[in-house]
Amino acid sequence: MKPAPFAWHGPESVGEAIAVLAEYGPEAKVLAGGQSLIPLLAMRLAAPAHLVDINRIVALDDVTVTAAGVTVGALARHTRVEKDPAAAIAQPLLPQALRLVAHPTIRNRGTTVGSLAHADPAGELTAVLALTGGTVTAASVRGERVISAADFFLGPLESALAADELAIRAFFPGLTAGSGSSFVEIARRHGDYALCGVGAIAELDDGGGLRALRCGYLSVSETPLVLDLTDAWSAGEQHAAELARAAVDPVTDIHASAGYRRQLAAVLTVRAARQAISTARAREVAA
Amino acid sequence: MVTRYVGQPIRRTEDLRLVTGAGRYTDDIGGGDHALEAAFVRSPHAHARIADIDVTDALDVEGVVAIYTYEDLEGAAARPLPVLIPHPALHAARTAYPLANGVVHHVGEPIAMVVAENRYLAEDAVARIRVDYEILAPVVGIDAARAAQHAVHDDVPDNIAAHLVQQVGSVGPAMAAAPHVLEFDLTIERSCSMPLEGRGVHARWDVDDQSLRVYSSTQAATSVRAAIAAKLGLSLTKVEVIAPDVGGGFGVKIMHPWPEEIVVPMAAIRLGRPVKWTEDRREHFVSSAHERGQQHHVTVGFDDTGKILALDVTFWHDNGAYTPYGIICPIVTSTQLLGPYKPGAYRVEFCSVYTTTVIVTPYRGAGRPQGVFAMERTMDRIADALGMDRTTVRAVNMIQPDEFPFDQGLIFQDGRPLIYDSGNYPAQLAMIKDMIGWDGFEAQRAEAAEHGRLLGIGIGCYVEGTGPGPYEGAHVQVMTDGRVEVAIGLTSQGQGHQTVFAQIVADELGVPFDSVHITTGDTRRFGYAVGTFASRAAVMSGSAVALAARAVKAKALRVASDALECSADDLELISGVVSVKGNPTACIPLGQVAVLSNPLRYAFDEAAQAATQFARPADPNVPPVAEDDEPGLEGREYYSPPRSTFASGMHAAIVEIDPDTSEISIEKYCVVHDCGTLINPMIVRGQVHGGVAQGIGGALYETLAYDEHGQLLNASFMDFLMPYATEMPDRIEIGHQETPSPLNPLGIKGAGEAGVIPVSAVIASAVEDAVGFRIDAMPISPNILFGLRVEFAAGRVEPTAVGRARSDHADRKGMA
Amino acid sequence: MSIPKDNTGSPAVIVADGAEPTYDVTLTVNGVHRVARVPARRTLSDFLRHDLQLTGTHVGCEHGVCGACTVLLDGAPVRSCLTFAVSVDGHSVTTIEGIAGSTGGAGAAVLSPVQQAFRECHALQCGFCTPGFITTITAGLVELPNPTRADAVDMIAGNLCRCTGYQNIVDAVLRAAELTRERGER
Repeated sequence: MKPAPFAWHGPESVGEAIAVLAEYGPEAKVLAGGQSLIPLLAMRLAAPAHLVDINRIVALDDVTVTAAGVTVGALARHTRVEKDPAAAIAQPLLPQALRLVAHPTIRNRGTTVGSLAHADPAGELTAVLALTGGTVTAASVRGERVISAADFFLGPLESALAADELAIRAFFPGLTAGSGSSFVEIARRHGDYALCGVGAIAELDDGGGLRALRCGYLSVSETPLVLDLTDAWSAGEQHAAELARAAVDPVTDIHASAGYRRQLAAVLTVRAARQAISTARAREVAA
Repeated sequence: MVTRYVGQPIRRTEDLRLVTGAGRYTDDIGGGDHALEAAFVRSPHAHARIADIDVTDALDVEGVVAIYTYEDLEGAAARPLPVLIPHPALHAARTAYPLANGVVHHVGEPIAMVVAENRYLAEDAVARIRVDYEILAPVVGIDAARAAQHAVHDDVPDNIAAHLVQQVGSVGPAMAAAPHVLEFDLTIERSCSMPLEGRGVHARWDVDDQSLRVYSSTQAATSVRAAIAAKLGLSLTKVEVIAPDVGGGFGVKIMHPWPEEIVVPMAAIRLGRPVKWTEDRREHFVSSAHERGQQHHVTVGFDDTGKILALDVTFWHDNGAYTPYGIICPIVTSTQLLGPYKPGAYRVEFCSVYTTTVIVTPYRGAGRPQGVFAMERTMDRIADALGMDRTTVRAVNMIQPDEFPFDQGLIFQDGRPLIYDSGNYPAQLAMIKDMIGWDGFEAQRAEAAEHGRLLGIGIGCYVEGTGPGPYEGAHVQVMTDGRVEVAIGLTSQGQGHQTVFAQIVADELGVPFDSVHITTGDTRRFGYAVGTFASRAAVMSGSAVALAARAVKAKALRVASDALECSADDLELISGVVSVKGNPTACIPLGQVAVLSNPLRYAFDEAAQAATQFARPADPNVPPVAEDDEPGLEGREYYSPPRSTFASGMHAAIVEIDPDTSEISIEKYCVVHDCGTLINPMIVRGQVHGGVAQGIGGALYETLAYDEHGQLLNASFMDFLMPYATEMPDRIEIGHQETPSPLNPLGIKGAGEAGVIPVSAVIASAVEDAVGFRIDAMPISPNILFGLRVEFAAGRVEPTAVGRARSDHADRKGMA
Repeated sequence: MSIPKDNTGSPAVIVADGAEPTYDVTLTVNGVHRVARVPARRTLSDFLRHDLQLTGTHVGCEHGVCGACTVLLDGAPVRSCLTFAVSVDGHSVTTIEGIAGSTGGAGAAVLSPVQQAFRECHALQCGFCTPGFITTITAGLVELPNPTRADAVDMIAGNLCRCTGYQNIVDAVLRAAELTRERGER
């Protein structure tokens, strides 16, 4: 299973990269980690004429944490983001979700921004970006633009990036004070694509009651789904579970029926929410 | 103190090489030889007529050297591939051509071969070859094959390749007279061997010598050699086949000759350059072989004690598009279904049917898992119907220790009577029950249920005919430096043959373990063999090396007795030294005995020189080599068994079902098995671990999903789910029983398949026990179980009697 | 000229005029500076195996799932089948051939703790997946020198083995940790 031939470009700066994309955009694919792209090339399911290999743009291998949240450069490997101590404090959803992405060996090479650009509705990071309300910054010869999560994922494996655009960074807003998060998923085998996954952010009010509960879902819709379950949860855990079961729109494939995915969405909503709330309480106590 | 190696967990000789990356697998061969590489155009359709093949654009790819289609095949190579194991019941055998001749019958069938400077370029060329197809109707699944709305092969309109009935006793009257009768259907889905290394061929034609050397990742080097010689019109003496290090076989590499094993050497000869082919994973999925897919209809008559009076099994076996390996798998199912039991009357009928899918040839277990599934589900059903313990029903039906040899009255896969030679099934049952905690389980289950946890326990028993013939041989030669070179004809794929056979030779001959070197699967060293399959290597080659070593020892003592001027009876051979018993100073190292055994005695080296001290003047009236003797200290012996020898075992498992997600986890897994004498207990345990892992894969994860067009939907490791370490239970506990085989010199029975055979039956038994309704199809996944539980909750699936009793009890306790 | 799609779904292949462009890729492999000229699409696994003749790294699937191809890139395990050699030009790679302590001639190699543990625990049968496990575990024990059994399972969770059933490999991880401690203490 060898890739078809391609013209290889190894830019050493963002400027060089977007110049190549400006010229060859529609016939080009960007190569960062390659953990999703290279299997497609090997199986000849994709055969771009040009490959823009950004592995030399070291400036993009960056993780920056501020009070607002975590900014991840396009070349930051999953492992780097997962293990970044400051990022873990600012937005715990990142390591919680990242440790479920494939296996450590894949994470050593795959990039977080690359995952987002791939726009796989079965990807953990797409769910995290949607749930946290993050953004992706795209660069081209026409300038930079910041695309919100809500606008970024257009369909399965389809992002809002134009053919000549390079995603250069992603921003994940931090967890606010008094909040807790969790990420749970169920896969056939450890490290497989999840049959269903749920990320949860629970915000407590000053009295320790639940102010807000939002859940993000993967593998149960064409684009990442985020549900506000605040009211439903107040009416009872099962209400939230049933709301989730009805709201998701999964497909049936050889691994799971739509009905089974709905069941998992319901069950995991409760598990994720409970964990997020209990984490929020723990953070509150610690604070 | 004499060291005995057999029975010891000796560390493997192979490992030093393999843990340092110094293995030589087929794709590693020929590093500097700039071999050309092959890639194939393979059918994207399940059933199609080839209207035209246009290779024009492919020829433009730089680095393409040649492209072959059926038109380029000559002589025997242009004829269909052989039916390796014909059988009278296989009335409509069909095989493929090495390159498709006008029609293709499954996705993946090879149509054209491109040979290029490297694999990348070869694949580029493949992508440019245009084939025009006339699509024909696919036939997918046993139901479609039976319905026969469309035929896979035009001249086999009912899609039936084989039909066989075997029976012992009179099932009809026995069934009619039985107090209880149950009738039900069972399904097992396809799976496959899926070794980590796929198939590969490296062929080199020596122009000077006019000879061919082929390396192939095969389980049957001698047979591949014979096939290549026949198909390419070469003398057997001009073809050598070597199985180098092989990265797993599990049955799929016993099938031969693959089309690629014919056409790649053909290209090497025609092009005058080495040619190699290393299949990629997708090729392995769609063009090697699968197994396991069967549907069973069982009717069983039994009495109030649970004793089976009549067992009538009809099943359909999906053999895929062709039948090159014959009907070994369904024959094994038919015969091994009986397990450790003796039903009053038994009738088994099968149809092996064609589908437009990948061919079906043996995969570890080779039809036994399906047979065991049928019998063990039957036992569970009988127990449920009578309200009896599932182990009690099994015990009632078991062959007793004093009934051996037990003739089941059928013909086995080796064409010989199905006679169990030895075993002790009741003792195994006691052991497995103790290991799994069978008797105390109800309390465990009840306690778990109080906490909302769903536990179940299951059991499965099997008997395995191992070591079928017709023969294996071994050559043992003592070199003048004392090293012992041993060659056996069959092959290795990780079973530790270089270690276990050296253990036997070291013991039988009386030499240090480290002085013995084993070569396997190399026709240059040993020309007659059958192959590694059916758990036969230890039995067959183990016996052969023992016999050969004994012969060498006898000769060594005779030659030495001549030199030491004593009787051979006064000599012993220990640690590579022949000495007079009780007088160790009167001795000759074995290497020097080897020198002495060759009357031509140029003193090439120190050993030869040293041996001259023992030389006695030759008798001028007697020829130096006696009429019935040969020069050299070597022996060549064959072991040919009267019939297979019967290993056996039982597995048990405790599973837990997550009530919310229907996930199935194995909490405890126990194995009891009897493979007779253990040569190396560490290696046997490893075989069991690996077999159980494949069994768990087959029970819970692995299936080959064909759509109605005959497309394999999960032809990658992403979607064909082999277990990782995380999917295995914490520990597999193994108990050993040894009832030595009376049929071979060392008392060995095969152990290679023991781990995999009953696993689907055991898991089904345990899941059914946990959920209280019938599990009749395997594999089972959380998704499938969820669907069944939904149906069950809606009243569309019947509970088992035990399940009904439990839920009634729970209702009464207000816990439902 | 246009090339029609065949039913496998492969899109049109670029008609290249002349030979494919090649690149001089430089890597430090097992401490040794190596260079080879390869096309951009040459995977690191093929580069190691065919261009550098280091056949210890094996290829089991070419889509990143089995782990047989795992090597250490700047010390971290990666799937060499999912990496182009040209992408990692200038970096450092450790393969199975570079794991042993020293190679003092045939049979005189000093096995690393992980290799030794594999031998002691019968953690390999056919040996095909073994190099990928050994590199993964070698790096894993650097990061986590005192793993529990559960840690050991996690450490090897991304590598497929079809022969052993994994139980002995898990044992080998723990034994390797023990051997590393023993060797360190001497």
